[in-house]
Amino acid sequence: MDGTLVEAEEIALRNSALQVLHNWVTTVDHKKIGLMYIGSSLLFLVIAGIEALVMRIQLAIPNNTFVSPQAFNRLFTMHGTTMVFFVGMSILFGFGNYLIPLMIGARDMAFPRLNAFSFWCTFFGGVLLYFSYVGGNGLSGAGSAPDVGWWAYAPLTARPFSPGHSTDYWTLAVLLSGVSSIGSAVNIVTTVVSMRCPGMTLGRMPLLVWLYTVMSMMAFVTVSPLTAAQIMLMLDRYVGSHFFDTQAGGSAVLWMHFFWIFGHPEVYILIMPAFAFANEIIPVFSRKAIFGYPAMVAASVGIGFVSLSVWAHHMFTVGMSAGANTFFVLATLTVAIPTGIKIFNWLATLWGGKIHFTTPMLFAIGFLFQFLLAGLTGVMVGAAPFDWQLSGSYFVVAHFHYVLVGAILFMLFAAFYYWYPKMTGRMANEALGKWHFWLFLIGFHVTFDFMHIPGILGMPRRIYTYEAERGWMVWNLIVSSGALIQAVATLIFVWNLIWSYFKGPLAGPDPWDAWTLEWSTSSPPPEYNFAITPVVESRRPLWDLKHPEDSDSYYE
Amino acid sequence: MANTQHSIAVLFAPDVVHGPTSIFSPAGTPAHSIFGLSMLVLGVALCVFVIVGGLLAYAIIRYRHRRHDVKAGEEPAQIYGSNQIELSWTVIPVLIVAMLVLSSARVIYSTQQAAKPTAALDVIVIGHQFWWEYRYPKLGIVTANELHVPVSDPRHPTPTYLTLSSADTDHSFWIPRLAGKTDLIPNRVNIMWIDPPTAGLYLGQCAQFCGAQHAKMLLRVYADSPEEFSNWVKRQRDPVKEDPNTVEGEAVFQHNACISCHTVAGTVATGRFGPDLTHVASRDTIGSGAVLNTPANLRLFVDNPAHFKPGALMPPMHLNEHDLDAVTAYLLTLK
Ligand code: HEM
Ligand SMILES: [Cu+2]
Repeated sequence: MDGTLVEAEEIALRNSALQVLHNWVTTVDHKKIGLMYIGSSLLFLVIAGIEALVMRIQLAIPNNTFVSPQAFNRLFTMHGTTMVFFVGMSILFGFGNYLIPLMIGARDMAFPRLNAFSFWCTFFGGVLLYFSYVGGNGLSGAGSAPDVGWWAYAPLTARPFSPGHSTDYWTLAVLLSGVSSIGSAVNIVTTVVSMRCPGMTLGRMPLLVWLYTVMSMMAFVTVSPLTAAQIMLMLDRYVGSHFFDTQAGGSAVLWMHFFWIFGHPEVYILIMPAFAFANEIIPVFSRKAIFGYPAMVAASVGIGFVSLSVWAHHMFTVGMSAGANTFFVLATLTVAIPTGIKIFNWLATLWGGKIHFTTPMLFAIGFLFQFLLAGLTGVMVGAAPFDWQLSGSYFVVAHFHYVLVGAILFMLFAAFYYWYPKMTGRMANEALGKWHFWLFLIGFHVTFDFMHIPGILGMPRRIYTYEAERGWMVWNLIVSSGALIQAVATLIFVWNLIWSYFKGPLAGPDPWDAWTLEWSTSSPPPEYNFAITPVVESRRPLWDLKHPEDSDSYYE
Repeated sequence: MANTQHSIAVLFAPDVVHGPTSIFSPAGTPAHSIFGLSMLVLGVALCVFVIVGGLLAYAIIRYRHRRHDVKAGEEPAQIYGSNQIELSWTVIPVLIVAMLVLSSARVIYSTQQAAKPTAALDVIVIGHQFWWEYRYPKLGIVTANELHVPVSDPRHPTPTYLTLSSADTDHSFWIPRLAGKTDLIPNRVNIMWIDPPTAGLYLGQCAQFCGAQHAKMLLRVYADSPEEFSNWVKRQRDPVKEDPNTVEGEAVFQHNACISCHTVAGTVATGRFGPDLTHVASRDTIGSGAVLNTPANLRLFVDNPAHFKPGALMPPMHLNEHDLDAVTAYLLTLK
């Protein structure tokens, strides 16, 4: 009799596990989709992080043979492609998906099914990319993972130089990610345009929503040429067209234009959400309204436009005319102006505030300093002649990791700690959070501060080894050890996410005493977000509720 | 100006950032003018960092929340913005940017549009996976991997003008101490120039990912005094001397696939896929700087190039020990 009971229980259990899985796979709820985006990018973050570690082990000492040249070339290709397309893009769309409807008082995104489609598209893109390790030539040949770099310059991707299917996996994976990005961008813009709650004029939208809108517009304009380029590359490889096949008269420089007209704005696409998080988090923990809201909006739109005209600063060494080089210096350095406005406005927001050093705020403070430095090294490589020396060197690797890790990843960590209570209903552990922050800060600086130096000493990027006599070893050794510290810190973070999910104290709807609409729902929010559609009268609806005598609506 | 530049250089570049390929030990005009601009940009960046970073740090420390001096629930004064302040921190960056753009433009134009002296030497550089081909059209010399140029006396400048192109994928020519890098791109011709002021060996390497062995596509530029250079030119023009002791090795070379990829001037070997071997024994290294050119290394390279350079496009030649010895002896006579 026991047997049948256990069996029945098992069936019930299995049903419920299947049920849960089924719920997630078929969901069109923007919050669940947001969480799936975030979960899948965390998975890819760990994979691409391991790839980075392996590369750093290989480069720690000269003439190392830890991995073969080809394995190394595959590693940096996979690392870059994964980080940009399957970590960066999807985690940002994840937060956007989760937060935007809540912040504008809507019940869901405008196109819930398109939303689910976009997620699965990019997720399968990532799976396809990694399937290349087992697909193609099969496991015995270690697969045919792409080894052409995430920028995949022509003609290295042409059939004669890249036989087999590795480049095809890369092309299709990037194509899928592009389709997904365009879907998400359409969805975000439509949602923002048509689904704001009563009273939420454009001028009252949270800055986060503004920045996501700018970012989505940029995604339309730039992901489309990338997608076109992928299709042209496939035609080259399989139909015998010769867009980029230089052996048959195609143009290598054409690919560069196509790629960077996407690739450069892409960096701003990735950093817009980081700005967006900073705009929400810094005011709350300084207990002040953001300084200069209109200027912040204008600066973001400005960055969006200017960034579309700077792509060729990735091509200062391809032999453009002096006039063209000068134009792209001008355009590139111009971006420093709206960016400067942002930093100063954050500074003014801190000024005169009462700053609370919670974990999210610590990460935001780290972001401010690191973004400042990233911007300054950006100005250096923006001065074309200096870039003739630095481009393609480790200095550039250090510079853009300052942006991608020092600014974007730090702000992502801040966002995780800030919205974790909203998403899970529980507070993340502050002690673990601070360990994570300090260790990561140290690891980050040990890695990327010192990485500028081998670049100045003439070390090119994308090399699997170097000779001892060049004097690069000490620096590489330091850099590699910093990478290990960051890895440990990341483990603490992941552990915190898991531990707090079960053991963290209950959060309640508004644990940070914040001001935007998402904090007016329960944590986690119910399926349709708001039982009654909210009505707002200013940029900070919850401030108005808490301070009726001093409502923001008097000042706007 | 030069002095302040130097002191900034010392600040940013204490001894640790000097080395055989440091961009902070420039030699020659293009590298020097880039260096000057670099110091200006670094100086500006340093000032901005100190000021803005200092303000940030001050605000964070000064305005941190102190538990005892705040009544619960009390919020600081809310300030929504200020047009005057925001205008000022827009205008100052505009001026800085304008200054940097103009200084960059000056270096760009002076480097890219410098007048070419009549005494300039022309060299055609062709990038290959994963080695360098050098042709001196006016001197009738073809060589590989080790570039010889005359030193350039500032009073009688003899710069070397490099015409850069590629036979396969993109590459980039980068000798940090002599000049910034310029790419070699198929179906396209780029120009750059160098004028090393002192004799010596300048190192560098390919700076654009070009395939499996991008890492060992090293560059060696020998700046020779005028006499040394004309001696070198004379030797390179010498025809290959028939050596009766190595006819056997020569036969091995000519009866194997070697000749389909390599040239030895004046013989049946006219291949162009691999480096010209006419004077291979006079070079310091083989495999584009991968290893020293010793008899043992040469033998091993011919036997199995992947031993030093996995991914190099020369196949293992599968010669027996006897033939290997013979062909190595032959190659060693190609001075
Ligand atoms: C027994 C026959 C051969 C001999 C003795 C020979 C000898 C050499 C030597 C001495 C070098 C180094 C040259 C230098 O770095 O200055 C070299 C490089 C090279 N050889 Fe050969 N070779 C032979 C056959 C071939 C064949 C059949 C091919 C083409 C399929 C070839 C392609 C190359 C290439 C591409 C390099 C440049 C390798 C690199 O540095 O990346 N060789 N060969
Ligand atoms: Cu190369």
